[in-house]
Amino acid sequence: MIAAYLETRDGKIKKSSLEALSEAVRRAGELGVAAAGVLAGGAVADQAPGAFAAGAARVYVIEDPGLAAYSSAGYAAALAAFAGKEKPLGLFFAATAMGKDLAPRVAARLGAAMASDCVKVEAKDGTLVFTRPIYAGKAFLSVTLDSSPLVATLRPNIFPVAEAAAAPGEVVRLAAAVPDAAAEGRVVEVVKEESGEIDVTEADVVVSGGRGLKGPEAFALLRDLAAVFPRAAVGASRSAVDSNWIGHQHQVGQTGKTVSPDLYIAAGISGAIQHLAGMSASKVIVAVNKDPDAPIFKVADYGVVGDLFEVLPKLTEELRKTLSD
Amino acid sequence: MNILVFVKRVPDTESRIRIQHETRTVAEDGLNFVLSPYDEYAVEEALRLKESKGAAVRVVSVGRDEAAAVLRKCLAMGADEAFLIKDDVPETYDGLRTARIIARAVERRFAGADLLLFGKQSVGADNGQVPAMVAELLGLPQATVVTKLDVGEGAATACREIEGGFEKVALTLPAVVTAQKGLNEPRYETLKGIMAAKKKEIPVVKLEDLGLGPDDLRSRVRVAGLDVPAARKAGRVLQGDPAETARELVRLLRDEAKVI
Repeated sequence: MIAAYLETRDGKIKKSSLEALSEAVRRAGELGVAAAGVLAGGAVADQAPGAFAAGAARVYVIEDPGLAAYSSAGYAAALAAFAGKEKPLGLFFAATAMGKDLAPRVAARLGAAMASDCVKVEAKDGTLVFTRPIYAGKAFLSVTLDSSPLVATLRPNIFPVAEAAAAPGEVVRLAAAVPDAAAEGRVVEVVKEESGEIDVTEADVVVSGGRGLKGPEAFALLRDLAAVFPRAAVGASRSAVDSNWIGHQHQVGQTGKTVSPDLYIAAGISGAIQHLAGMSASKVIVAVNKDPDAPIFKVADYGVVGDLFEVLPKLTEELRKTLSD
Repeated sequence: MNILVFVKRVPDTESRIRIQHETRTVAEDGLNFVLSPYDEYAVEEALRLKESKGAAVRVVSVGRDEAAAVLRKCLAMGADEAFLIKDDVPETYDGLRTARIIARAVERRFAGADLLLFGKQSVGADNGQVPAMVAELLGLPQATVVTKLDVGEGAATACREIEGGFEKVALTLPAVVTAQKGLNEPRYETLKGIMAAKKKEIPVVKLEDLGLGPDDLRSRVRVAGLDVPAARKAGRVLQGDPAETARELVRLLRDEAKVI
Protein backbone atom coordinates (compact mmCIF):
# COMPACT_ATOMS: atom_id res chain seq x y z
CA MET A 1 0.00 0.00 0.00
CA ILE A 2 1.04 3.57 -0.62
CA ALA A 3 -0.60 5.94 1.83
CA ALA A 4 -0.86 9.71 1.88
CA TYR A 5 -1.45 11.73 5.01
CA LEU A 6 -4.39 14.08 4.44
CA GLU A 7 -3.93 17.41 6.14
CA THR A 8 -7.12 19.25 6.98
CA ARG A 9 -7.42 22.99 7.42
CA ASP A 10 -10.71 24.78 8.02
CA GLY A 11 -12.59 21.49 7.86
CA LYS A 12 -11.32 20.53 4.40
CA ILE A 13 -8.57 18.32 3.02
CA LYS A 14 -5.86 20.58 1.62
CA LYS A 15 -5.46 20.55 -2.14
CA SER A 16 -1.76 19.73 -1.79
CA SER A 17 -2.69 16.64 0.25
CA LEU A 18 -5.07 15.54 -2.51
CA GLU A 19 -2.17 16.00 -4.93
CA ALA A 20 0.01 13.73 -2.77
CA LEU A 21 -2.81 11.18 -2.51
CA SER A 22 -3.36 11.28 -6.29
CA GLU A 23 0.33 10.58 -6.86
CA ALA A 24 0.11 7.70 -4.36
CA VAL A 25 -2.85 6.33 -6.35
CA ARG A 26 -0.94 6.53 -9.67
CA ARG A 27 2.29 4.97 -8.41
CA ALA A 28 0.46 2.33 -6.38
CA GLY A 29 -1.36 1.36 -9.56
CA GLU A 30 1.96 0.80 -11.33
CA LEU A 31 3.33 -1.27 -8.47
CA GLY A 32 0.11 -3.27 -8.15
CA VAL A 33 -0.60 -2.21 -4.58
CA ALA A 34 -3.48 -0.33 -2.98
CA ALA A 35 -3.59 3.40 -2.26
CA ALA A 36 -4.99 4.86 0.92
CA GLY A 37 -5.50 8.15 2.66
CA VAL A 38 -4.87 8.76 6.35
CA LEU A 39 -6.89 11.31 8.31
CA ALA A 40 -5.93 12.31 11.83
CA GLY A 41 -7.52 14.83 14.17
CA GLY A 42 -10.20 15.45 16.74
CA ALA A 43 -13.10 14.71 14.37
CA VAL A 44 -12.14 14.13 10.75
CA ALA A 45 -14.09 11.05 9.56
CA ASP A 46 -16.50 13.20 7.55
CA GLN A 47 -13.57 14.14 5.26
CA ALA A 48 -13.23 10.59 3.86
CA PRO A 49 -15.37 11.19 0.72
CA GLY A 50 -12.85 13.78 -0.51
CA ALA A 51 -10.15 11.10 -0.46
CA PHE A 52 -12.31 8.57 -2.29
CA ALA A 53 -12.95 11.16 -4.98
CA ALA A 54 -9.19 11.30 -5.58
CA GLY A 55 -9.05 7.52 -5.97
CA ALA A 56 -8.19 6.16 -2.51
CA ALA A 57 -9.42 2.59 -2.06
CA ARG A 58 -9.36 2.99 1.68
CA VAL A 59 -9.23 5.79 4.21
CA TYR A 60 -7.76 5.29 7.66
CA VAL A 61 -9.26 7.54 10.32
CA ILE A 62 -7.44 8.24 13.56
CA GLU A 63 -9.60 10.33 15.88
CA ASP A 64 -8.51 11.30 19.35
CA PRO A 65 -9.25 14.33 21.54
CA GLY A 66 -5.46 14.69 21.91
CA LEU A 67 -5.27 15.37 18.16
CA ALA A 68 -7.82 18.20 18.13
CA ALA A 69 -4.96 20.71 18.10
CA TYR A 70 -1.83 19.99 16.08
CA SER A 71 1.31 18.85 17.83
CA SER A 72 4.29 17.36 16.04
CA ALA A 73 4.77 14.66 18.67
CA GLY A 74 1.08 13.72 18.87
CA TYR A 75 0.52 13.53 15.14
CA ALA A 76 3.82 11.68 14.66
CA ALA A 77 2.66 9.08 17.19
CA ALA A 78 -0.65 8.69 15.32
CA LEU A 79 0.97 8.33 11.88
CA ALA A 80 3.65 5.97 13.21
CA ALA A 81 0.94 3.83 14.83
CA PHE A 82 -0.77 3.59 11.45
CA ALA A 83 2.49 2.70 9.66
CA GLY A 84 3.47 0.17 12.32
CA LYS A 85 0.16 -1.64 11.97
CA GLU A 86 -0.48 -1.42 8.22
CA LYS A 87 3.15 -1.55 6.99
CA PRO A 88 2.68 0.66 3.90
CA LEU A 89 5.31 0.51 1.16
CA GLY A 90 5.20 4.30 0.86
CA LEU A 91 4.01 7.12 3.08
CA PHE A 92 3.54 10.50 1.41
CA PHE A 93 2.96 13.94 2.87
CA ALA A 94 2.37 17.25 1.12
CA ALA A 95 5.43 19.47 1.59
CA THR A 96 3.36 22.09 3.42
CA ALA A 97 4.21 23.82 6.68
CA MET A 98 2.59 20.92 8.54
CA GLY A 99 3.93 18.17 6.27
CA LYS A 100 7.50 19.43 6.53
CA ASP A 101 7.16 19.59 10.32
CA LEU A 102 5.55 16.18 10.67
CA ALA A 103 7.09 13.86 8.05
CA PRO A 104 10.67 13.83 9.39
CA ARG A 105 9.37 13.21 12.88
CA VAL A 106 7.32 10.24 11.66
CA ALA A 107 10.28 8.94 9.64
CA ALA A 108 12.61 9.13 12.63
CA ARG A 109 10.04 7.35 14.78
CA LEU A 110 9.93 4.56 12.20
CA GLY A 111 13.71 4.52 11.70
CA ALA A 112 13.23 5.43 8.05
CA ALA A 113 15.14 7.76 5.75
CA MET A 114 13.05 10.16 3.71
CA ALA A 115 13.04 12.31 0.57
CA SER A 116 11.98 15.95 0.98
CA ASP A 117 10.01 18.18 -1.35
CA CYS A 118 9.84 15.78 -4.29
CA VAL A 119 8.77 16.96 -7.73
CA LYS A 120 8.75 13.54 -9.40
CA VAL A 121 8.03 10.00 -8.19
CA GLU A 122 8.64 6.97 -10.38
CA ALA A 123 7.85 3.31 -9.79
CA LYS A 124 10.85 1.19 -10.74
CA ASP A 125 11.96 -2.33 -9.84
CA GLY A 126 9.32 -2.65 -7.15
CA THR A 127 10.38 0.52 -5.36
CA LEU A 128 10.03 4.28 -5.80
CA VAL A 129 12.57 6.72 -7.18
CA PHE A 130 12.17 10.24 -5.83
CA THR A 131 13.46 13.32 -7.64
CA ARG A 132 13.84 16.55 -5.75
CA PRO A 133 15.47 19.94 -6.19
CA ILE A 134 18.59 20.77 -4.20
CA TYR A 135 20.17 24.22 -3.95
CA ALA A 136 16.60 25.53 -4.40
CA GLY A 137 16.42 24.09 -7.90
CA LYS A 138 19.95 24.73 -9.19
CA ALA A 139 20.26 20.92 -9.36
CA PHE A 140 17.96 17.92 -9.20
CA LEU A 141 18.73 14.82 -7.18
CA SER A 142 17.13 11.40 -7.68
CA VAL A 143 17.27 8.98 -4.78
CA THR A 144 16.04 5.60 -3.67
CA LEU A 145 15.55 4.85 0.01
CA ASP A 146 17.00 1.78 1.65
CA SER A 147 14.53 1.68 4.55
CA SER A 148 10.84 1.15 5.11
CA PRO A 149 8.37 2.71 4.65
CA LEU A 150 9.42 5.01 1.81
CA VAL A 151 8.65 8.38 3.40
CA ALA A 152 8.46 11.45 1.18
CA THR A 153 7.06 14.95 1.13
CA LEU A 154 5.69 16.08 -2.23
CA ARG A 155 5.92 19.66 -3.34
CA PRO A 156 2.56 21.42 -3.74
CA ASN A 157 1.38 22.54 -7.19
CA ILE A 158 3.35 19.86 -9.09
CA PHE A 159 1.26 16.71 -9.06
CA PRO A 160 -2.23 16.77 -10.62
CA VAL A 161 -5.27 15.85 -8.54
CA ALA A 162 -6.85 12.65 -9.87
CA GLU A 163 -10.56 12.61 -10.41
CA ALA A 164 -11.77 9.08 -9.87
CA ALA A 165 -15.32 7.82 -10.28
CA ALA A 166 -15.83 8.68 -6.60
CA ALA A 167 -16.72 5.10 -5.73
CA PRO A 168 -16.90 5.12 -1.94
CA GLY A 169 -14.22 2.88 -0.47
CA GLU A 170 -13.63 1.46 2.94
CA VAL A 171 -13.23 3.55 6.09
CA VAL A 172 -10.94 1.91 8.66
CA ARG A 173 -10.80 3.38 12.13
CA LEU A 174 -7.54 3.12 14.06
CA ALA A 175 -6.79 4.02 17.63
CA ALA A 176 -3.56 5.77 18.53
CA ALA A 177 -2.03 6.36 21.90
CA VAL A 178 -1.25 10.08 21.82
CA PRO A 179 1.63 10.57 24.24
CA ASP A 180 1.51 13.07 27.10
CA ALA A 181 4.63 14.60 25.60
CA ALA A 182 2.46 15.89 22.77
CA ALA A 183 1.05 18.45 25.18
CA GLU A 184 4.53 19.92 25.51
CA GLY A 185 4.56 21.28 21.97
CA ARG A 186 1.05 22.05 20.87
CA VAL A 187 -0.46 24.67 18.60
CA VAL A 188 -2.43 27.03 20.83
CA GLU A 189 -3.51 29.59 18.27
CA VAL A 190 -3.75 29.93 14.49
CA VAL A 191 -3.57 33.46 13.12
CA LYS A 192 -4.46 34.14 9.50
CA GLU A 193 -3.00 36.95 7.49
CA GLU A 194 -5.72 39.59 7.29
CA SER A 195 -5.57 39.89 3.53
CA GLY A 196 -6.60 36.25 3.20
CA GLU A 197 -3.91 35.89 0.54
CA ILE A 198 -2.82 32.42 -0.47
CA ASP A 199 0.80 31.38 -0.13
CA VAL A 200 3.17 31.82 -3.10
CA THR A 201 3.86 28.07 -3.03
CA GLU A 202 0.19 27.26 -3.51
CA ALA A 203 -0.75 29.89 -6.07
CA ASP A 204 -1.43 29.22 -9.76
CA VAL A 205 -0.11 32.67 -10.61
CA VAL A 206 2.67 34.54 -8.78
CA VAL A 207 3.25 38.24 -9.42
CA SER A 208 6.63 39.24 -7.97
CA GLY A 209 8.34 42.57 -7.56
CA GLY A 210 11.93 43.59 -7.00
CA ARG A 211 14.16 46.58 -6.62
CA GLY A 212 12.64 48.17 -9.74
CA LEU A 213 9.48 48.86 -7.72
CA LYS A 214 11.48 51.59 -5.96
CA GLY A 215 9.47 51.31 -2.74
CA PRO A 216 6.73 49.46 -0.86
CA GLU A 217 3.92 51.51 -2.43
CA ALA A 218 4.33 49.95 -5.87
CA PHE A 219 3.37 46.54 -4.51
CA ALA A 220 -0.20 47.86 -4.83
CA LEU A 221 0.25 47.53 -8.61
CA LEU A 222 1.20 43.87 -8.14
CA ARG A 223 -1.75 43.24 -5.82
CA ASP A 224 -4.11 44.76 -8.40
CA LEU A 225 -2.66 42.49 -11.06
CA ALA A 226 -2.81 39.41 -8.81
CA ALA A 227 -6.44 40.19 -7.95
CA VAL A 228 -7.40 39.53 -11.57
CA PHE A 229 -6.66 35.80 -11.16
CA PRO A 230 -8.59 33.38 -8.96
CA ARG A 231 -5.56 31.81 -7.21
CA ALA A 232 -2.72 34.32 -7.34
CA ALA A 233 -0.20 35.52 -4.80
CA VAL A 234 2.28 38.37 -4.57
CA GLY A 235 5.97 37.44 -4.42
CA ALA A 236 9.14 39.46 -4.00
CA SER A 237 12.87 39.36 -4.60
CA ARG A 238 15.32 39.22 -1.73
CA SER A 239 16.31 42.86 -2.15
CA ALA A 240 12.67 43.99 -1.88
CA VAL A 241 12.28 41.92 1.30
CA ASP A 242 15.58 43.05 2.78
CA SER A 243 14.51 46.67 2.15
CA ASN A 244 11.40 45.91 4.28
CA TRP A 245 9.04 46.71 1.43
CA ILE A 246 7.12 43.45 2.02
CA GLY A 247 7.19 40.54 4.50
CA HIS A 248 9.76 37.77 4.09
CA GLN A 249 7.00 35.17 3.64
CA HIS A 250 6.62 36.60 0.12
CA GLN A 251 10.28 36.08 -0.81
CA VAL A 252 10.98 33.83 -3.79
CA GLY A 253 14.49 32.44 -4.18
CA GLN A 254 17.15 30.51 -2.36
CA THR A 255 16.58 31.99 1.09
CA GLY A 256 12.87 32.28 0.41
CA LYS A 257 10.41 29.99 -1.28
CA THR A 258 10.73 27.90 -4.39
CA VAL A 259 7.64 28.21 -6.53
CA SER A 260 6.32 26.50 -9.66
CA PRO A 261 3.10 28.27 -10.64
CA ASP A 262 1.51 28.10 -14.10
CA LEU A 263 2.42 31.74 -14.61
CA TYR A 264 5.19 33.75 -12.94
CA ILE A 265 5.29 37.48 -13.59
CA ALA A 266 8.54 39.18 -12.50
CA ALA A 267 8.32 42.96 -12.40
CA GLY A 268 11.41 45.05 -11.76
CA ILE A 269 13.45 41.96 -10.86
CA SER A 270 16.89 41.78 -12.45
CA GLY A 271 17.25 38.02 -11.97
CA ALA A 272 20.00 37.22 -9.46
CA ILE A 273 21.03 33.56 -9.57
CA GLN A 274 19.49 32.88 -6.14
CA HIS A 275 16.14 34.29 -7.36
CA LEU A 276 16.21 32.37 -10.64
CA ALA A 277 16.75 29.15 -8.64
CA GLY A 278 13.47 29.73 -6.83
CA MET A 279 11.25 30.36 -9.86
CA SER A 280 12.77 28.66 -12.90
CA ALA A 281 10.42 25.68 -12.54
CA SER A 282 7.43 27.94 -13.29
CA LYS A 283 5.56 26.81 -16.38
CA VAL A 284 5.48 30.21 -18.09
CA ILE A 285 7.60 33.20 -17.06
CA VAL A 286 6.87 36.81 -17.94
CA ALA A 287 9.43 39.50 -17.11
CA VAL A 288 8.85 43.24 -17.13
CA ASN A 289 12.03 45.27 -16.80
CA LYS A 290 13.32 48.47 -18.30
CA ASP A 291 16.86 47.10 -18.64
CA PRO A 292 16.98 44.98 -21.83
CA ASP A 293 20.16 43.28 -20.53
CA ALA A 294 18.64 42.11 -17.23
CA PRO A 295 19.44 38.41 -16.66
CA ILE A 296 15.74 37.71 -15.98
CA PHE A 297 15.11 37.96 -19.75
CA LYS A 298 17.34 34.89 -20.29
CA VAL A 299 14.74 32.70 -18.56
CA ALA A 300 11.56 34.56 -19.51
CA ASP A 301 9.20 33.11 -22.12
CA TYR A 302 7.83 36.61 -22.66
CA GLY A 303 9.91 39.65 -21.87
CA VAL A 304 8.52 43.15 -21.84
CA VAL A 305 11.20 45.84 -22.04
CA GLY A 306 9.52 48.85 -20.53
CA ASP A 307 8.58 50.85 -17.48
CA LEU A 308 6.65 48.62 -15.09
CA PHE A 309 4.75 51.64 -13.74
CA GLU A 310 3.25 52.06 -17.22
CA VAL A 311 3.05 48.42 -18.29
CA LEU A 312 1.51 46.79 -15.20
CA PRO A 313 -1.69 48.90 -15.04
CA LYS A 314 -2.27 48.26 -18.77
CA LEU A 315 -1.61 44.57 -18.30
CA THR A 316 -4.06 44.43 -15.40
CA GLU A 317 -6.68 46.17 -17.53
CA GLU A 318 -6.17 43.85 -20.52
CA LEU A 319 -6.21 40.72 -18.38
CA ARG A 320 -9.38 41.82 -16.62
CA LYS A 321 -11.08 42.31 -19.97
CA THR A 322 -9.89 38.97 -21.35
CA LEU A 323 -10.67 36.94 -18.25
CA SER A 324 -14.15 38.39 -17.85
CA ASP A 325 -15.06 37.40 -21.43
CA MET B 1 20.10 28.73 30.46
CA ASN B 2 22.00 26.36 28.23
CA ILE B 3 21.63 26.75 24.47
CA LEU B 4 22.97 24.49 21.74
CA VAL B 5 23.01 25.75 18.16
CA PHE B 6 23.65 23.36 15.26
CA VAL B 7 25.18 24.82 12.12
CA LYS B 8 26.35 23.68 8.69
CA ARG B 9 28.89 24.87 6.15
CA VAL B 10 27.30 25.34 2.71
CA PRO B 11 28.04 27.05 -0.64
CA ASP B 12 26.76 30.64 -0.64
CA THR B 13 23.53 31.42 -2.46
CA GLU B 14 25.29 33.16 -5.36
CA SER B 15 27.02 29.89 -6.26
CA ARG B 16 26.60 28.35 -9.67
CA ILE B 17 26.25 24.62 -9.09
CA ARG B 18 28.16 22.18 -11.31
CA ILE B 19 27.91 18.40 -11.22
CA GLN B 20 30.71 15.85 -11.31
CA HIS B 21 28.83 13.21 -13.23
CA GLU B 22 31.15 10.26 -12.62
CA THR B 23 30.76 10.58 -8.84
CA ARG B 24 27.25 12.09 -8.88
CA THR B 25 28.40 14.85 -6.57
CA VAL B 26 28.38 18.63 -6.61
CA ALA B 27 31.77 19.99 -7.72
CA GLU B 28 33.26 21.92 -4.81
CA ASP B 29 36.11 23.71 -6.55
CA GLY B 30 35.44 27.39 -7.04
CA LEU B 31 32.57 27.46 -4.53
CA ASN B 32 32.56 29.97 -1.70
CA PHE B 33 31.45 28.30 1.52
CA VAL B 34 29.56 30.12 4.27
CA LEU B 35 27.56 29.52 7.41
CA SER B 36 24.14 28.37 6.13
CA PRO B 37 21.94 31.52 6.13
CA TYR B 38 19.14 30.08 8.27
CA ASP B 39 21.73 28.92 10.83
CA GLU B 40 22.79 32.55 11.19
CA TYR B 41 19.32 33.40 12.48
CA ALA B 42 19.59 30.52 14.97
CA VAL B 43 22.97 31.74 16.25
CA GLU B 44 21.67 35.31 16.50
CA GLU B 45 18.61 34.21 18.48
CA ALA B 46 20.84 32.32 20.91
CA LEU B 47 23.04 35.39 21.38
CA ARG B 48 20.00 37.60 22.00
CA LEU B 49 18.78 35.17 24.67
CA LYS B 50 22.24 35.20 26.18
CA GLU B 51 22.12 39.00 26.35
CA SER B 52 18.56 39.28 27.67
CA LYS B 53 18.40 36.33 30.05
CA GLY B 54 21.92 35.06 30.48
CA ALA B 55 22.80 31.83 28.73
CA ALA B 56 25.76 29.72 27.73
CA VAL B 57 25.78 29.36 23.94
CA ARG B 58 27.52 26.35 22.45
CA VAL B 59 27.65 25.87 18.68
CA VAL B 60 28.11 22.47 17.07
CA SER B 61 28.70 21.38 13.48
CA VAL B 62 28.85 17.90 11.99
CA GLY B 63 31.29 17.76 9.11
CA ARG B 64 34.83 17.82 7.85
CA ASP B 65 37.68 19.93 9.25
CA GLU B 66 36.69 22.77 6.90
CA ALA B 67 33.52 23.31 8.97
CA ALA B 68 35.77 24.89 11.61
CA ALA B 69 35.64 28.11 9.57
CA VAL B 70 31.90 28.55 10.08
CA LEU B 71 32.24 27.61 13.75
CA ARG B 72 34.84 30.35 14.10
CA LYS B 73 32.38 32.83 12.60
CA CYS B 74 29.86 31.81 15.28
CA LEU B 75 32.49 32.36 17.96
CA ALA B 76 33.26 35.77 16.44
CA MET B 77 29.54 36.62 16.59
CA GLY B 78 29.65 35.88 20.32
CA ALA B 79 29.10 32.17 20.95
CA ASP B 80 30.91 30.90 24.05
CA GLU B 81 32.15 27.58 22.72
CA ALA B 82 32.21 25.69 19.44
CA PHE B 83 32.61 21.98 18.74
CA LEU B 84 33.24 20.02 15.56
CA ILE B 85 31.78 16.53 15.36
CA LYS B 86 34.16 15.18 12.79
CA ASP B 87 32.44 13.31 9.98
CA ASP B 88 34.45 12.88 6.79
CA VAL B 89 31.68 11.21 4.82
CA PRO B 90 30.59 13.37 1.83
CA GLU B 91 26.99 14.64 1.66
CA THR B 92 24.66 11.64 2.02
CA TYR B 93 21.35 13.56 1.84
CA ASP B 94 20.24 11.23 4.66
CA GLY B 95 18.84 13.46 7.38
CA LEU B 96 18.28 10.54 9.73
CA ARG B 97 21.98 9.69 9.69
CA THR B 98 22.90 13.24 10.72
CA ALA B 99 20.06 13.34 13.26
CA ARG B 100 21.35 10.13 14.89
CA ILE B 101 24.81 11.65 15.24
CA ILE B 102 23.42 14.86 16.74
CA ALA B 103 20.98 13.13 19.07
CA ARG B 104 23.73 10.87 20.40
CA ALA B 105 26.07 13.83 20.84
CA VAL B 106 23.39 15.70 22.80
CA GLU B 107 22.95 12.72 25.11
CA ARG B 108 26.60 11.87 25.61
CA ARG B 109 28.49 15.09 25.19
CA PHE B 110 26.17 18.10 25.45
CA ALA B 111 23.62 17.02 28.06
CA GLY B 112 21.63 19.62 29.98
CA ALA B 113 20.62 21.92 27.12
CA ASP B 114 17.37 23.87 27.55
CA LEU B 115 17.07 24.86 23.92
CA LEU B 116 18.33 23.23 20.71
CA LEU B 117 18.35 25.75 17.88
CA PHE B 118 18.76 24.95 14.17
CA GLY B 119 18.23 26.74 10.87
CA LYS B 120 14.95 25.61 9.31
CA GLN B 121 16.96 23.80 6.62
CA SER B 122 20.46 23.87 5.25
CA VAL B 123 20.81 25.91 2.09
CA GLY B 124 21.93 23.26 -0.35
CA ALA B 125 20.65 19.81 0.54
CA ASP B 126 17.39 21.64 1.39
CA ASN B 127 16.23 18.58 3.34
CA GLY B 128 14.75 20.28 6.39
CA GLN B 129 14.69 16.90 8.12
CA VAL B 130 17.36 16.92 10.81
CA PRO B 131 15.82 19.13 13.54
CA ALA B 132 12.46 17.32 13.71
CA MET B 133 14.27 13.98 13.60
CA VAL B 134 16.53 15.03 16.48
CA ALA B 135 13.44 16.14 18.43
CA GLU B 136 11.83 12.76 17.86
CA LEU B 137 14.96 10.76 18.73
CA LEU B 138 15.35 12.73 21.97
CA GLY B 139 11.62 12.82 22.75
CA LEU B 140 11.52 16.62 22.78
CA PRO B 141 8.79 19.00 21.62
CA GLN B 142 9.51 21.06 18.52
CA ALA B 143 8.53 24.22 16.71
CA THR B 144 9.88 24.56 13.17
CA VAL B 145 10.12 27.52 10.77
CA VAL B 146 9.87 30.00 13.63
CA THR B 147 9.73 33.77 13.10
CA LYS B 148 9.21 34.79 16.75
CA LEU B 149 10.37 33.12 19.94
CA ASP B 150 9.52 34.10 23.51
CA VAL B 151 11.41 32.14 26.13
CA GLY B 152 10.18 32.09 29.72
CA GLU B 153 10.90 29.97 32.77
CA GLY B 154 11.00 26.37 31.55
CA ALA B 155 8.66 27.19 28.68
CA ALA B 156 8.56 29.07 25.40
CA THR B 157 6.07 30.30 22.83
CA ALA B 158 7.04 30.13 19.17
CA CYS B 159 5.27 31.63 16.15
CA ARG B 160 5.74 29.39 13.16
CA GLU B 161 4.97 30.27 9.60
CA ILE B 162 2.14 28.40 7.89
CA GLU B 163 0.41 28.99 4.55
CA GLY B 164 -1.42 32.31 4.74
CA GLY B 165 -0.58 33.09 8.36
CA PHE B 166 1.16 31.71 11.40
CA GLU B 167 0.48 29.47 14.37
CA LYS B 168 1.59 29.79 17.96
CA VAL B 169 3.15 26.72 19.54
CA ALA B 170 3.42 26.42 23.32
CA LEU B 171 6.59 24.52 24.22
CA THR B 172 7.99 23.20 27.45
CA LEU B 173 11.77 23.22 27.64
CA PRO B 174 13.97 21.55 26.62
CA ALA B 175 12.73 21.91 23.06
CA VAL B 176 13.91 22.00 19.45
CA VAL B 177 13.30 25.26 17.55
CA THR B 178 14.23 26.00 13.92
CA ALA B 179 14.84 29.52 12.65
CA GLN B 180 13.18 31.10 9.63
CA LYS B 181 14.14 34.37 7.98
CA GLY B 182 12.37 37.15 9.87
CA LEU B 183 13.22 35.80 13.32
CA ASN B 184 15.87 38.47 13.76
CA GLU B 185 18.58 40.40 11.94
CA PRO B 186 21.92 38.61 12.41
CA ARG B 187 24.77 40.79 13.63
CA TYR B 188 28.10 41.21 11.92
CA GLU B 189 31.17 39.97 13.73
CA THR B 190 33.24 42.71 15.36
CA LEU B 191 36.98 42.94 14.82
CA LYS B 192 37.43 42.26 18.53
CA GLY B 193 35.18 39.20 18.22
CA ILE B 194 37.13 37.92 15.21
CA MET B 195 40.44 38.32 17.05
CA ALA B 196 39.10 36.57 20.16
CA ALA B 197 37.61 33.76 18.06
CA LYS B 198 41.00 33.10 16.45
CA LYS B 199 42.46 32.25 19.83
CA LYS B 200 39.68 29.88 20.87
CA GLU B 201 40.14 26.18 20.60
CA ILE B 202 37.47 24.19 18.74
CA PRO B 203 37.35 20.76 20.37
CA VAL B 204 36.83 17.86 17.97
CA VAL B 205 34.35 15.12 18.87
CA LYS B 206 34.97 11.78 17.18
CA LEU B 207 32.10 9.63 15.96
CA GLU B 208 33.60 6.58 17.64
CA ASP B 209 33.60 8.42 20.97
CA LEU B 210 29.84 8.80 20.62
CA GLY B 211 29.47 5.02 20.44
CA LEU B 212 28.02 5.12 16.93
CA GLY B 213 28.45 1.89 14.99
CA PRO B 214 28.51 1.19 11.25
CA ASP B 215 24.77 0.56 11.19
CA ASP B 216 24.02 3.98 12.74
CA LEU B 217 26.33 5.63 10.24
CA ARG B 218 25.21 3.84 7.08
CA SER B 219 23.33 6.10 4.68
CA ARG B 220 19.89 4.83 3.71
CA VAL B 221 19.67 7.27 0.84
CA ARG B 222 21.10 6.10 -2.49
CA VAL B 223 21.80 8.68 -5.13
CA ALA B 224 20.36 7.43 -8.42
CA GLY B 225 20.92 10.62 -10.38
CA LEU B 226 22.11 14.19 -10.05
CA ASP B 227 21.85 16.82 -12.73
CA VAL B 228 21.30 20.48 -13.38
CA PRO B 229 17.99 21.43 -14.98
CA ALA B 230 17.88 22.14 -18.69
CA ALA B 231 18.49 25.85 -19.20
CA ARG B 232 15.35 27.78 -20.07
CA LYS B 233 15.47 29.51 -23.39
CA ALA B 234 14.98 33.21 -23.68
CA GLY B 235 11.63 33.78 -25.34
CA ARG B 236 9.96 36.57 -27.17
CA VAL B 237 10.71 40.19 -26.33
CA LEU B 238 8.02 42.85 -26.60
CA GLN B 239 8.52 46.57 -26.42
CA GLY B 240 6.89 49.79 -27.48
CA ASP B 241 3.63 51.42 -26.47
CA PRO B 242 2.60 50.04 -23.04
CA ALA B 243 -1.07 49.56 -23.96
CA GLU B 244 -0.24 47.72 -27.19
CA THR B 245 2.46 45.65 -25.51
CA ALA B 246 0.04 44.63 -22.76
CA ARG B 247 -2.60 43.65 -25.32
CA GLU B 248 -0.10 41.57 -27.31
CA LEU B 249 1.22 39.89 -24.14
CA VAL B 250 -2.28 38.89 -23.03
CA ARG B 251 -2.99 37.50 -26.50
CA LEU B 252 0.22 35.43 -26.37
CA LEU B 253 -0.53 34.16 -22.86
CA ARG B 254 -3.98 33.08 -23.99
CA ASP B 255 -3.39 31.77 -27.53
CA GLU B 256 0.24 30.63 -27.51
CA ALA B 257 1.18 29.77 -23.91
CA LYS B 258 -2.43 28.88 -23.06
CA VAL B 259 -2.00 29.74 -19.37
CA ILE B 260 -5.00 32.03 -19.08
